[in-house]
Amino acid sequence: MRHGKYPFVIGFLAAPVLLYSVFVIAPYAQAFQISMTSWRGFSAPKWVGFDNYRLLAEDNRFWQAIQHHLVLLLALPLITIAIALFFSFMLNVAGKSSGGKRSGVWGSKFYRVVFFFPQVLAVAIIAVLFQTVYRPNESGLINGVLMKIGLDPILFLVNPNIALWSILGVLVWQAVGFYVVLFSAGIASIPGEIYEAAEMDGATRVTLFFRVTLPLLWDTLQVAWVYLGIAAFDAFAIVSVLSVDNGGPDGATTVLGLEIYRNAFTYSKFGYASAMGVALFFLTITFAVFTLRVTKRESVEY
Amino acid sequence: MGTQLTTTRTDQPDGPGSRPLPPVEKPRRGKGTDRSGASLLNGVGHLALFFWAVIVVVPIIWVFLASFKNTTEIFSSPWTLPAELRWENWGRAWTKAHVGRYFLNSVLVVSCATFLTMLLGSMAAYVLARYKFWGNRFIYYLFVSGLAFPVFLALVPLFFVVRNLGLLDTYTGLVLVYTAYSLPFTVFFLVAFFRTLPNSVAEAAMIDGASHTRLFFQVMMPMAKPGLISVTIFNIIGQWAQYQLPLVLVSSAKDKWVLTQGIADISVNAGYEADWSGLFAALTIAILPMIIVYAIFQRQIQSGLTAGTGK
Repeated sequence: MRHGKYPFVIGFLAAPVLLYSVFVIAPYAQAFQISMTSWRGFSAPKWVGFDNYRLLAEDNRFWQAIQHHLVLLLALPLITIAIALFFSFMLNVAGKSSGGKRSGVWGSKFYRVVFFFPQVLAVAIIAVLFQTVYRPNESGLINGVLMKIGLDPILFLVNPNIALWSILGVLVWQAVGFYVVLFSAGIASIPGEIYEAAEMDGATRVTLFFRVTLPLLWDTLQVAWVYLGIAAFDAFAIVSVLSVDNGGPDGATTVLGLEIYRNAFTYSKFGYASAMGVALFFLTITFAVFTLRVTKRESVEY
Repeated sequence: MGTQLTTTRTDQPDGPGSRPLPPVEKPRRGKGTDRSGASLLNGVGHLALFFWAVIVVVPIIWVFLASFKNTTEIFSSPWTLPAELRWENWGRAWTKAHVGRYFLNSVLVVSCATFLTMLLGSMAAYVLARYKFWGNRFIYYLFVSGLAFPVFLALVPLFFVVRNLGLLDTYTGLVLVYTAYSLPFTVFFLVAFFRTLPNSVAEAAMIDGASHTRLFFQVMMPMAKPGLISVTIFNIIGQWAQYQLPLVLVSSAKDKWVLTQGIADISVNAGYEADWSGLFAALTIAILPMIIVYAIFQRQIQSGLTAGTGK
């Protein structure tokens, strides 16, 4: 494999590396630089050092967005993983065991197909779908029912106290199916003998779940937590389409992505928006490193 | 994220010689508490599974039904079947609300971008996985680092890069940007995959006088097919769902909008124009093809996506 190696290597790498450098690496590098300027897009950027970050620290909207990320960061993985774990246990282990082979409850295949379905829909489409589901009058799916039986409609997206939770509900609705499939793959790789041995010792299903499934699935859970955490730092498409008046009411659902978009492409405050981008970058990195550190433990050999 | 995740399916037998034991006839299940506890758990479990299936399916069926109703029906009887099949709602959405246009734009951009991503991504991954040269590690980590950065960090400079290249509001710009942002994952996944391919076949082909390029396209690509399919599915789903990149890059050329952008815009306008049935029809047109494609390929999609993300 010596003959003509370098021309070949260069020929194969040139296009992808060029494309990647121009559209990905260069913008990322520039973002840090632009965040130190007061650039509005017309005249040359003016260097202002850390001024944007100082403004950021006094910006209520920014802190509101951070607060929402923290809520999502805790609630989204916790709820999604809990539901998905329970379902994947039901679908893989909780059924009858025949000849030592574990199986799921009746209808497992059907459920796995249906649950996963929201995963293939675009988030923006889902957001429009739930706009109609949550609509505050009798034309909404939920409130239509509530008003028919004589109850007051719930103002899902209009009431600032529940708007963020309504959005969180949609995120969970979409994510659960994917994690059911992910955990199912993990459970499938646990040898049947372990369950058999545990059952011989008289373990109940609850014990099976907490003593066998959970510890052996730890690595997969860790991956799931990181993914969901990163998703909690995004949430742009859903908030921007679903929430009333872009992150409203009165900023009750805003996220950093939305603030970046608004500051850059509505107010043309490019320097300020980039500073928010840098903040988001450090938040995401900190979260990923922190999670991997905290959840690190001896993986169980089997 | 050093987790190795196998994609073993549940319905596979669990390994050779895994059953020397006699079938376990539920030994010592005599304890009444255990049995009733188990059946209670099962009952609750079944109920929960069924409940979740309903939650997933009902909004979609409801939108589908509403796409045939008129505005009066939507408001007065949100839960009944439409009185007649009003296909004109669909026609209005397709032509007047331009859903047809947005749909074809999405198809065009995603097919070009996925093709380009797979071509460039596999070329880069192949070279990085199987050739030793100066800078190999550096380029590999350059690609992989893209996995860690949030796209929002790059949004502002990206807009200006694309504008300065004269690619703002063009299909080309969108295709190139989609491709560039799909490369980190594609390269990361395929490098791992190409490393697992056997050397002997490659050596035999070289001895037979195949060039490096021929070796790649005629020997390695076919051998890597399972990996390539997984990543292709991943990229199609990801690029089809893109929202913020087209929002920034083709915002002022309405005829080049992709489906996600178009539907989001229709939902804003539906309120002003009171064309709710048009909105439901548009939504259905956006959702239905995905249901059909998913129903046909669900096995491949599920295993492809879990293989793809269980790094």
